Amino acid sequence: MNRVIVTLVGKDHTGIIAAVCNYFADNGINILDIKQTTVQEFINMMMVVEVEGSAASFPEIVSGLDRVGEKVQCQIKAQHEDIFNMMHRI
Amino acid sequence: MLELNEVFETNAMISGENLDVRTITMGISLLDCCDSDLDSLCGKIYAKVTALSKDLVKVGDEIGLDFGIPVINKRVSVTPIAIVGASACRGADDFVAIAETLEKAARKVGVNFIGGYSALVQKGMSKADELLIRSIPKALSRTERVCGSVSLASTKTGIDMDAVKLMGHTIKEAAELTKERDSIGCAKLVVFCNPADDNPFMAGAFHGVTETDCVVNVGVSGPGVVKTAVAKTKGESFEVLCETIKKTAFKVTRVGQLVAKEASKRLNVPFGIVDLSLAPTPAVGDSIADIIQEMGIEYVGAPGTTAALAILNDQVKKGGVMASSYVGGLSGAFIPVTEDRSMAYAAGIGALTLEKLEAMTCVCSVGLDMVAIPGDTPASTISGIIADEMAIGMVNQKTTAVRIIPVVGKKAGDSVEFGGLLGSSPIMPVNPYRCDGFVNRGGRIPAPIHSFKN
Repeated sequence: MNRVIVTLVGKDHTGIIAAVCNYFADNGINILDIKQTTVQEFINMMMVVEVEGSAASFPEIVSGLDRVGEKVQCQIKAQHEDIFNMMHRI
Repeated sequence: MLELNEVFETNAMISGENLDVRTITMGISLLDCCDSDLDSLCGKIYAKVTALSKDLVKVGDEIGLDFGIPVINKRVSVTPIAIVGASACRGADDFVAIAETLEKAARKVGVNFIGGYSALVQKGMSKADELLIRSIPKALSRTERVCGSVSLASTKTGIDMDAVKLMGHTIKEAAELTKERDSIGCAKLVVFCNPADDNPFMAGAFHGVTETDCVVNVGVSGPGVVKTAVAKTKGESFEVLCETIKKTAFKVTRVGQLVAKEASKRLNVPFGIVDLSLAPTPAVGDSIADIIQEMGIEYVGAPGTTAALAILNDQVKKGGVMASSYVGGLSGAFIPVTEDRSMAYAAGIGALTLEKLEAMTCVCSVGLDMVAIPGDTPASTISGIIADEMAIGMVNQKTTAVRIIPVVGKKAGDSVEFGGLLGSSPIMPVNPYRCDGFVNRGGRIPAPIHSFKN
């Protein structure tokens, strides 16, 4: 369980990506890829991250991102990438 | 590399369309627990079930968290208890003691249902089979989590009409013993023709005698996902409709395959099957009837319903089969009435009748499911309804089932509320004309001609 997909949905404003990136930096989580799109005033963002080097457990990362999400008023979700690969790749 | 739209499509299915893994069911063989002493048998059953499934709930929850998908139920199925208890049980109450042991084990490990309080009597009842069947009403009234099932017929053996007759009385008695809770005991009891040995869904799950010692089976769901996809095909041809359902079923089943493999790895138990069934819940947007209505039927039960259900059932199989390495169980569409908000509504306005439901069971994966009928329905009429359903399964070489609830003290048009996943519905009227002369004949209905394939 090393590659995790982090998704973020919410109303766009300054500092959202910075807050998420800071959380990752503080917890030893390496960002491999970022994709984002903004439709009207809403931001949809997806990051591929590597959690292997982190001292935090996966449940701790999930709840840590919940707290970041509350702060920036966005919904942030972390999931193992296999669920997406299984569904969209044969 | 994954694309943004793919990731958000998956998450929209989970958060907006009720995609979930309905159940991880651990099948446990109790054949090596057999003992002629009842206390010793119960001790062995408790020890084995609690040892093998001790981490089931924890692992299910961890998988749910890791992949961000709800794993709703964690359950256990066991070898049919009529076989396990045959040498220890001298009376019906001895079997009830086993049911209470199963209940205790289920509570200990935290699973919400344990299935397998069952007898396989499709060709005839042994003494133990009959005792178990007679013990079912008491067993279900004294337990919360134990589910019972009885196999009454198969394409290979025909229909055991003596057992069909007995089940009519058993269902009535189960209703009577739980009358203060709208006869809920009957919601935990199902009768089958051609049952699946690896069905992970309750109330009919049991661990077949040809299965390995311990196995993990997974049931996926996702009526809301299919409904949303079908809504986008409004006005398009059947080709487009069928392709859409097929592709959606593939995606839904892939999640089941992932969870099944992961559960198998983490529990160190072999992976059995993924059951492709679309299983509704009373939640808004989690309905099979909604899919049928989205196809262009005004209310489920209207002309065209059986054809629409046939399409749904077939395309779910076609999409799902390629998505999983092992497919099993019932794998199709469930059509329970109380558990599906729009089915219950259609029954209430008279669009859906018991007779139309029976027709629908010819093309879906199960049968008459969670149908509430008047409490004064005679036992022989219930046996007649069961016999009809068994005949459909026997002749069409498919699983059929009856889970019917004669709600004591209620009549057609009243409503019943079971709560939770069991839902609510109006009481459906039953044809008032009698079939006693038929049901009381006794004996077996022979297997149909097309079963002789050797």
